[in-house]
Amino acid sequence: MTDVLVCVKRVPDTSGEVVLTADGGGVDGRYAGWTMSAHEECAVELGVQVAGETGGSVTVLTLGDEDSVEQLRAALAVGAHEAVRIDAVADDYGPADVASAIADVVRAREADGSGFGLVLVGNDAADTGDHQVGIRLAHLLDRPVVAGAQEVTLAGERLEVRSSVSGPTEVYDVPLPAVLTVWEGGVEPRYPNISGRMKAKKAQVEVVPPGAAPQGSGRLGLRVLPPPESNVEVLGEGAAAAPRLVAVLREIGVVR
Amino acid sequence: MSVLVVVEPDEAGEGLSVVSRETLTFARQLPGGDRLDAVLVGAVGDPDDAALAHCREHGVGTVHVSDDDRLERYAARAWSRVVDAAAGASGAAYLLAGGTPRGNEVLAHVAAARGVPMPCNLVAVVQAEPLEVERQVVGGAVLERVALGADGGLAVASVAGHAVAPEPAATPGAARVERVAAELTEADLAAQVVRVEEREGGDTSALTGADVVVGAGRGVGGADQFSDVEALATRLGGAVGVSRVVTSLGWRPHHEQVGQTGSRISPDLYLACGISGAIQHWAGCSSSKTIIAVNTDAEAPMVTKARYAVVGDMHEVLPAVLEELG
Repeated sequence: MTDVLVCVKRVPDTSGEVVLTADGGGVDGRYAGWTMSAHEECAVELGVQVAGETGGSVTVLTLGDEDSVEQLRAALAVGAHEAVRIDAVADDYGPADVASAIADVVRAREADGSGFGLVLVGNDAADTGDHQVGIRLAHLLDRPVVAGAQEVTLAGERLEVRSSVSGPTEVYDVPLPAVLTVWEGGVEPRYPNISGRMKAKKAQVEVVPPGAAPQGSGRLGLRVLPPPESNVEVLGEGAAAAPRLVAVLREIGVVR
Repeated sequence: MSVLVVVEPDEAGEGLSVVSRETLTFARQLPGGDRLDAVLVGAVGDPDDAALAHCREHGVGTVHVSDDDRLERYAARAWSRVVDAAAGASGAAYLLAGGTPRGNEVLAHVAAARGVPMPCNLVAVVQAEPLEVERQVVGGAVLERVALGADGGLAVASVAGHAVAPEPAATPGAARVERVAAELTEADLAAQVVRVEEREGGDTSALTGADVVVGAGRGVGGADQFSDVEALATRLGGAVGVSRVVTSLGWRPHHEQVGQTGSRISPDLYLACGISGAIQHWAGCSSSKTIIAVNTDAEAPMVTKARYAVVGDMHEVLPAVLEELG
């Protein structure tokens, strides 16, 4: 039985325009909506698959305010069994702080005899792109870590991990307990069904206080890049534009 | 004060990777950047002549390498021990790597072991004293300003791809090769690549290295509607790239995805067909030399940001282009 902890982050959905808060300290989600990072949607799916194979459970965890329960319920709706929220202001936490807070939860569970054999973290968050929470967590817990995991296969107390992030598929064989940072692309996150949504709506979310005070991310300020002035040259409409397009291809040297 | 850069060999065996040469160029802007060292991991033994020539050209004084053959197969934590040891040997104040998956991973191990911060994806030096830099966040749509090296310890950071163009140093370096010894433990090698599987058309290197990429988005219409895109990519000697929505819909495999969580490309031409141009996609293609958009919506971000555009249905435009090309 492998119990899995999946760590997710509430991030602004920035598929449209990005607007900063009035103080310039963060992205204003009121104009963007909120979501879970893409890598973490896949981490939830991998966690549900691994736990399902062994009769284990999936606990989903986030660090944030009450609103971040929305992302925990999204994970519960697709198969996570329990949810934990570390009650904190996420923007005050740098990646080392987040890793430390997660490690506290993992250690507390180990102390009460219900530890996690596998901890899954998104490789990097869609907003901060830090690429390090999982690795810092592994160092704190003294566990092996594979970054960029996309597919996993359990073999007893070992895990075969595959990653195609850096080119050809690289295969790792790591002992459990372990930490993986998950990269989008190896699995297809499932959609919640109606019973999943209903169950998630009613589920209890455990709220735990953070341990040490955060050191912060070192952010001095943010600025949105002004949209570049459009200098697009419209070559025409529909099939009639093909000769001009091909002339451009010749001009820039990709057709000889 | 000096700067140490983690460098990676070019996959084609033509010296250092472009990202590594960009990072060496960026490194010379930092305080102490006129005393530049490099560490080459994963290539046990002497670097080849082309890699050394690049190091010399970029002003590298010493190239640190390891002779430990346990490092031939990738193990991020073990590689980080060598990098850490090289940082100690060179007395570096700053440690940089290209912001590739591998560069970020190795640096994160060094930063975790030393308990120091690691800002990722630097794009610019804002001021030298005290040193402040900008890095990309939110897929490159927002820049975050951070202090670097303010606490006096080793400052660790990765540099975003295409933050600068690779430029030779004003004064070439000696590029002396020095062995670096790192004590490796079993824990350092616990997560190591045990084998590599080549999959035909299944890796990202063809896409990231292509001179021409023909991209397709939701506007293609379905999994069975890619024949024109594939035909044009073949005709132009390029690769197919797709937006996230295309992979999410299961129309194409993830290794073809261009964007923040896919591949970052920098071809001579990116021909974006039926792609609206969301921030996450733009993060992956904005370094293309020339972008041409084909889209029915003349106001789509991909069209307004492109250099050239054709307004229309890609399924009418691409066959006409193929016919014109003959």
